[in-house]
Amino acid sequence: MLAKLWIRNAARHPLRTALTLVAVGVAILAFGLLGTLVEAWHAGVAAASANRLVVRHGISLTFSLPLAYREKIRGLEAVRAITHMTWFGGFFRERKNFFANFAVEAPTFFEHYPEYRLSEAERAAFLRDRRGCVVGRALAERFGWKVGDAVPLQGTIYPGVWTFTVRGIYTGRDRGTDENQFFFHWDILNERLLERMPPRANRVGIFVIEVRRAEDAPEAAIAVDALFRSSPAETRTETERAFQMGFVSMSAAILAAIRVVSLVIVVILLAVVANTMIMSVRERMREYAVLKTLGFGPGFLTALILGESIALCAAGGALGTAALYPALEILERSLGAYFPAVEPAPETLLLGGLACLVVGALAAAFPVRAVLSTPIVQALGRVG
Amino acid sequence: MSAEASPWVELEGVCKSFRRGGETLSVLEGLALRVHRGEFFALMGPSGSGKSTLLHLIAGLDRPDAGRIRVGGVEITELSETELTAWRARNVGFVFQFYHLIPVLTALENVELPLLLTGLGRRRRRAHAELALELVGLSDRRDHTPARLSGGQQQRVAIARALVTDPPLVVADEPTGDLDRAAAGEILDLLEGLAAGLGKTILLVTHDPRAARRAHTVRVLDKGALIDARETLDPECR
Repeated sequence: MLAKLWIRNAARHPLRTALTLVAVGVAILAFGLLGTLVEAWHAGVAAASANRLVVRHGISLTFSLPLAYREKIRGLEAVRAITHMTWFGGFFRERKNFFANFAVEAPTFFEHYPEYRLSEAERAAFLRDRRGCVVGRALAERFGWKVGDAVPLQGTIYPGVWTFTVRGIYTGRDRGTDENQFFFHWDILNERLLERMPPRANRVGIFVIEVRRAEDAPEAAIAVDALFRSSPAETRTETERAFQMGFVSMSAAILAAIRVVSLVIVVILLAVVANTMIMSVRERMREYAVLKTLGFGPGFLTALILGESIALCAAGGALGTAALYPALEILERSLGAYFPAVEPAPETLLLGGLACLVVGALAAAFPVRAVLSTPIVQALGRVG
Repeated sequence: MSAEASPWVELEGVCKSFRRGGETLSVLEGLALRVHRGEFFALMGPSGSGKSTLLHLIAGLDRPDAGRIRVGGVEITELSETELTAWRARNVGFVFQFYHLIPVLTALENVELPLLLTGLGRRRRRAHAELALELVGLSDRRDHTPARLSGGQQQRVAIARALVTDPPLVVADEPTGDLDRAAAGEILDLLEGLAAGLGKTILLVTHDPRAARRAHTVRVLDKGALIDARETLDPECR
């Protein structure tokens, strides 16, 4: 009977209920989208390997390191392998066609990153062709690139047009693996620098170290930095996770703003549902008085109002969650270049569900109090 | 009903006042009343005389400022709010002027509602509700919501709801006030039958002398005191 009353009471004013459901649905959709965006921001951190350390210039990432450091670092006991990569900062045809592009140490790079899946044939083709490049599947799809296509990149840090031939298209091992990157031979970059800007040659952006055991990582980091202490280019070595976290921290204010907006959405949601519940309960005050007259106590009345409120929030929440997936597909099409994975995390869905429950309960609190505290005779409207 | 038997409803020195706009309005002042089991008792009086207030006090919907109210041997003025709620569920059936059915429930579900408090299983609840509806002659309207029933039919459903838990006391506050003459007649027939056939104690509040005429006892409440109805009733209605 209770469930019957929840549903029938909620359906009493179809337009009001529909509008409330839409409002709750939109709020939960927005909450889910923002939560997913924050998750996507952290995707790089989540995908980071525990075995990899990143060595960068001690002052800033914008400063490069001498290539000669490689052999010194390789000599450390804890280091199993080392590779390097350099941010190129080019764009394809127009500035808006931005994506991550790196000059990498081709022979070792893909061994360090097993999450970038590349066929043996494509890897061999890439290694053979010094003007070759490897691109992510999402990036290739974005620009319609196929293996064998020539891709001109306009350099920003390294001026000029740099044309590469696509020799491989990698796919991500996990959903969170970034498939929007572009890798080419560092040798090509270095050769041109030797010709035109010798002081900038033989330098790399970062070294990526693979340690033998993850638990050795903290000591290995200290050992690397100790090697170059008091040198003209001191290093800062950190885990890949910490390195990625550094990028996220740069956007901390934006992320904080997104979280505040999420909270504001929950408050708006509460106001909408509370308003609906207050109106509904006020209209039915006499019916609640009749129920009290018949002998129904505070428990039943609370369950009646609370259940309706939560049912309303749950239905709206389900609507919003169902809309979240198509909305994310649209979002992924426009933001896929910036975020490797745009899909709602279980935590985000759980938080959305929890928000619905809490809002449903809070929205019912005031009407429940009003019903329980109004004397039967007053609610029946007959005194005299 | 025996005049010598101890009263089933007994009020002594009952006072009740309300505050309106900063003023205290005294409605009942030291009122005493006795109603016997199985008695059909009608209470009349002008608007605002305190008829409904008295009914509410006897039914345990409100509390007096002073005085004692004993119903079926229970001193209801001494019960806690929770005890009073449980007592009401077991002992009192209510019939209101405007029926007060739950609009989203069918006739059968409305009648079944008070049985939720009895601990009966769903099947037995249904059987009891169907029986009560049959008693008021509305079995064929069991699946109709109140909006699809006439005023008289809604009031019959309300009577079935009042009866379904088999309470010894039925209070009816202007039950014919919103009905035409024919429908009112049917409702009064039913109430009369409840007292005569089922031994229920009926407390009826009414403005209608024709309705009051059906009762065993008629009292008029005027200026907070009960007077004999024969002094005020139209001779035609006596």
